Amino acid sequence: MNRKRIIDIIIILVLACAPLFLNTYWVDVLNNIGIYAILALSLNFILGHTGLFHMGHAAFYAIGAYTTAILNTMYHIPIIWLMPLSGVLAGIFGYLVARPIIHLRGDYLLIVTIGIVEIVRIALVNNIFGITGGSNGIFGISRPKLWGFVIRRPQDFFYYIWIFLGISVYLFYRLENSRFGRALNYIKEDDLAAEGSGVDSSGYKLKAFIIGAIWAGFVGNIYASKMTIISPESFSFWESVILFVIVILGGSGSMRGIILGSFLIIGLPELFRQFASARMLIFGAAMVVMMIFRPQGIIPPKPRTYNLDFLKLGEAEK
Amino acid sequence: MELFIQQLTNGLAIGGIYALIALGYTMVYGVMKLINFAHGDLFSIGAYLGLTLLLSLGLVDKIGVLGGILLLMLMVMGLVGIIGIILERVAYRPLRKADRLSAVVSALGASIFFANSLMLIYGAKFRVYPHNILPKMAVDILGMKIPLIRILLLLASFILMTALYLFVQKTKTGTAIRAAAIDQGAAKLMGINVNKIISIVFFIGPALGGAAGIMVGLYYGQINFLMGWLYGLKAFIAAVIGGIGNIPGAMLGGIILGVVESLGAAYVSFAWKDAIAFLVLIIILIVRPTGILGERVAEKV
Repeated sequence: MNRKRIIDIIIILVLACAPLFLNTYWVDVLNNIGIYAILALSLNFILGHTGLFHMGHAAFYAIGAYTTAILNTMYHIPIIWLMPLSGVLAGIFGYLVARPIIHLRGDYLLIVTIGIVEIVRIALVNNIFGITGGSNGIFGISRPKLWGFVIRRPQDFFYYIWIFLGISVYLFYRLENSRFGRALNYIKEDDLAAEGSGVDSSGYKLKAFIIGAIWAGFVGNIYASKMTIISPESFSFWESVILFVIVILGGSGSMRGIILGSFLIIGLPELFRQFASARMLIFGAAMVVMMIFRPQGIIPPKPRTYNLDFLKLGEAEK
Repeated sequence: MELFIQQLTNGLAIGGIYALIALGYTMVYGVMKLINFAHGDLFSIGAYLGLTLLLSLGLVDKIGVLGGILLLMLMVMGLVGIIGIILERVAYRPLRKADRLSAVVSALGASIFFANSLMLIYGAKFRVYPHNILPKMAVDILGMKIPLIRILLLLASFILMTALYLFVQKTKTGTAIRAAAIDQGAAKLMGINVNKIISIVFFIGPALGGAAGIMVGLYYGQINFLMGWLYGLKAFIAAVIGGIGNIPGAMLGGIILGVVESLGAAYVSFAWKDAIAFLVLIIILIVRPTGILGERVAEKV
């Protein structure tokens, strides 16, 4: 076992025991960190791996959360059943909005995705179709129930969220190291060359968008049942900016970096509470300083390595 | 018709303000390919500095309304411009060779820093501009009463934009700015001090934004430390609509956005006003992926 793996295992063990020695407040902070970490991992797929400047991820998150909230409060469908549906609807929404704009280059895509998240938020505030509850939002969402056990306390949610994070890390890891993941990285480095090598770049970009959106929809479901009350303010442009910052500051394309980034961006302001109103000031300055000292992110991704043993290069040298 | 003309002039006045802020985005983008997310907050700093200087110096009482406001504007433009230069030195210059998105995150950090400094200095509540500075006159145009301030605002932004346009097109420094925007490496080889050009751009852009800040203070009468976000975002949309990096494009985009938004708020729905701005943006970008005046860049192979 290498050092990195040992550190990973220690961190996982410490986290698994965390609810035993932390009070409810800090467990809830960890829950928020977990939620942002999953969202950031799903954004990482679009921003970090495919290199699409996407600053509107909160829109998909909002679709997932509102799907859950509306269907749960109106038709009393259990939360767990709504999770796949939230993901699918967020994915369909992602497809519909990304389809016409996927060809836009860099910064143009950035501003359009900002536009999408703002339009979604304004639509929610204006109580579109009369089902979103306007700026008050929706309340009375029920708790998730797994095999008869109702997830209610922050400690329960801690395991619910962090196990989901673990599953996400595993699946994203598999996806990153698949043919699909390599194609996305190729597009990020040089989409013209990728196109020339027969990679359908808009198709892959669109798929990356949809996968990211589906995952954000799942997280929306978790968030809605955790809060039991949701309002449009939780899905503003600002949330998208935070996710964007987590990915870039943590190290785009690197899952370790992004999870650490979530700890820093969501956790640090909590530690700065003693500075009261100056804490966001310090936070802003810290962002600039961290970027200057680690422009590649805190833990940049390692370059891909390929096992070339099958070429028997070593034997030729002997 | 009355409503239409009123909304149109209102839209033109706001459009002029958007255009001034958009110029800051577009000039910085042109030279550095960086979206300066802190630009909106430089605009709020301009509004607050204007208020402080207005109240503390009493210029309007000493040298008359027009001269006082003119002098105030020049002072604020100078101060905000200097803040812009410092911002570039501290937050962007170390990242010039780094990945573009790193600079974007640095800009977001700077934006949070500025907005919260304003909150700590001036408080989180709305601050009110003295409402009796400009005479509450209305000008009679074709039987319709248009508030004087709207015309003055439009005039002021028009003068500033013309001055900028002439500066960029006719002077030697302006030519150097254009050269640096096209190809920094070649500009360096031609003996242009690119660092100096970037500093000049970071003076002019924020200075225009600061001027827009005072204009908003005078027009709406109240300012808030968070307003930079919304105005910054709108101005950024304006810059993109016109074709980011293109100076006349930013002016055109600002005016179009101001007018569409104002008419949309009146005829379609006030609650959807901000969504209309984004919808216009998305439609224009779907039809013309690089904005109205943006040149079509051939993909380099």
